[in-house]
Amino acid sequence: MLPTTDHHLLDHLLAFGRLLRQFGLPIAPGQMLDLLAALVYIELGQREDVRHTCRTVLVRRREDLPVFDEAWEFFWAAQRQGNPSGFALPDTPVKELQIPRRLQRPRPQRMEDEDRPPDEQHEIEIEMSYSQSEQLRHKDFAHFTGDELDRARELIAQLRYRMALRPTRRWQAGRSRRIDTRRTLRQTLRNGGEVLTLLRRERSWKQRPLVVLCDISGSMERYSRILLQFVHTVGAGLRDVEIFVFGTRLTRITRALEHRDIDEAVDLVSNVVVDWGGGTRIGDAIKTFNWQWGRRVLGHGAIVLLISDGWDRGDPALLAREMGRLQRTSHRLIWLNPLLGRAGYQPLTRGLQAALPYVDDFLPVHNLQALEQLGPTLAESLISNVGRSAPRPRVS
Amino acid sequence: MVGFVSIDALQQALTAQQYIADRPLATAIYLSLKLRKPLLLEGEAGVGKTEVAKVLAHILQGRLIRLQCYEGLDIATAVYEWNYPRQMLYLRAAELEGEGKDQALHDIFGRDFLLRRPLLQALEATADGPPSILLVDELDRADDEFEAFLLEVLSDFQISIPELGTIRAIQPPVVILTSNRTRDIHDALKRRCLYHWIAYPSIEKEIAIVQGRLPGVGERLIQQVVAFVHELRAMDLYKLPGIAETLDWVAALTALDRTALDPETVDDTLGAILKYQDDMEVVRKRGLQTLVEQVS
Repeated sequence: MLPTTDHHLLDHLLAFGRLLRQFGLPIAPGQMLDLLAALVYIELGQREDVRHTCRTVLVRRREDLPVFDEAWEFFWAAQRQGNPSGFALPDTPVKELQIPRRLQRPRPQRMEDEDRPPDEQHEIEIEMSYSQSEQLRHKDFAHFTGDELDRARELIAQLRYRMALRPTRRWQAGRSRRIDTRRTLRQTLRNGGEVLTLLRRERSWKQRPLVVLCDISGSMERYSRILLQFVHTVGAGLRDVEIFVFGTRLTRITRALEHRDIDEAVDLVSNVVVDWGGGTRIGDAIKTFNWQWGRRVLGHGAIVLLISDGWDRGDPALLAREMGRLQRTSHRLIWLNPLLGRAGYQPLTRGLQAALPYVDDFLPVHNLQALEQLGPTLAESLISNVGRSAPRPRVS
Repeated sequence: MVGFVSIDALQQALTAQQYIADRPLATAIYLSLKLRKPLLLEGEAGVGKTEVAKVLAHILQGRLIRLQCYEGLDIATAVYEWNYPRQMLYLRAAELEGEGKDQALHDIFGRDFLLRRPLLQALEATADGPPSILLVDELDRADDEFEAFLLEVLSDFQISIPELGTIRAIQPPVVILTSNRTRDIHDALKRRCLYHWIAYPSIEKEIAIVQGRLPGVGERLIQQVVAFVHELRAMDLYKLPGIAETLDWVAALTALDRTALDPETVDDTLGAILKYQDDMEVVRKRGLQTLVEQVS
């Protein structure tokens, strides 16, 4: 149903649609048709109404509203200057990061043997590498040589983590006491109206979402790259994962880390993050997270991993308050501290003292063994999913 | 049916129902009615998203069908379910009366045995009557599975029931979806909808809203309260008060026979507008006295 408007308008609209796309708004062809249909009902002389119409039809996210407004102003400014549709836009790409969706991780290819089933091959390789590198497992990341780092990164890439499950409110066929009336009746029909067995249903379960907040400030320098590798590995096997890094400010890097190749992923992260190796304001970072992201990513009983050495230059009271809020809105708050592996280390900094009361688990991440042992913690509470389970004994 | 000749006419009808809609929102609603496209409303809690559907139902004199979303919402609760106990009983009775089994099996999947849930109800408006208004509230609380079949319903306004065939809306419902954005709505669903973000209102608009909703309250109190709430919205709070909170607060103050704000009363009734202990602390630290003076 195309309106009987003149071609001039159509040209303008199409040009405007093109402009929006150049500004980075995803405009589908169907939307342009919707817009034409909508403008039939609008007085075209009322420019503001036309603007609202374009906006409600073409924009679908709040974030895009300011972009739209800017594009609109730009468009009309260009019109006034008699530059109807040939925009002279600088041709910088508007979308900065075009990252392919996360794919299956490539298997290690070195022990290529076509005849062997792939899983077996994979397992054998892990075993071999572990036996070769038993020493490496206990060594603090901070003392690694360049070669050892490379080796450790390979090992980390092979780790697999499973998240604890949470019950959803959906049902599936199963063995609990609940009778599945819908399926039972269907079956009854097939048997000519005779109820032979009562079919049952049970709750379905899903993996809990994981949120990682990783400190990349100066004091973490020796750990941050290798821990990012670890975070990349954790994220690779999971559906619901959100990853943030912070120093003086919080940056979301979920998208960048979706890149399957860890080196490219870390490079991308370096481009996005501005405060590598600077100071730390943990409280401010967590506050930003709580306010801007908490409600969006902590919805379904998430497990939160906070990776930091606890050297904080911010206000301890703020840190305590925001840690409390973070703990209340998550299923489990786990603080991973690389310094915790050192002999005689005591978590005495003011920031840590303020934050510790709100931490469910306080665990080391200084070597490969610690990373392996984290597995059970993340997968735990399969049973005790209702309340918070008791904190693990703290390692000193 | 939905006969508004212009955006102005719609805006006036909304105002008559004490719903103050600004021009962009009125445009979005108007187009949603004209194009028969669902309207997705997003915005902070308490800015009047749900209210749009209620007011529209009043204006159009149609039936309001509300579907509150939650995780795990399934076809049996949202679309239809067979009345199993009744079907069982019917089969029994048919057996006792020696009726043919095939006939009975056919009967029990008739419309009498169908329990109609909101989405199915929304397709039932007749051609000459008023349209139904379907409110899908807090869509962000539902999960992907639900979005998938909601998408199916909203695409063609029809529902397939395997035993019964396809039920098609004679008159498609007016559909309003709301979301608080605790989760992003899937793109495919958004593509079916018009979109509008409802922001917090300006001071003047909020005063008009309160006056419309709570007639008889002194002008001074309303002005002070609205100005106070706007001060709060400019502050660094975890949960900002919405229009709903403003209305609650004015109602609370009126119940206490107050005609103007004073620091003590504000302190006592702060719970009507702020829902987090931390936020109350922040506001108290800023100084209630100063805040009250600012808005007086």
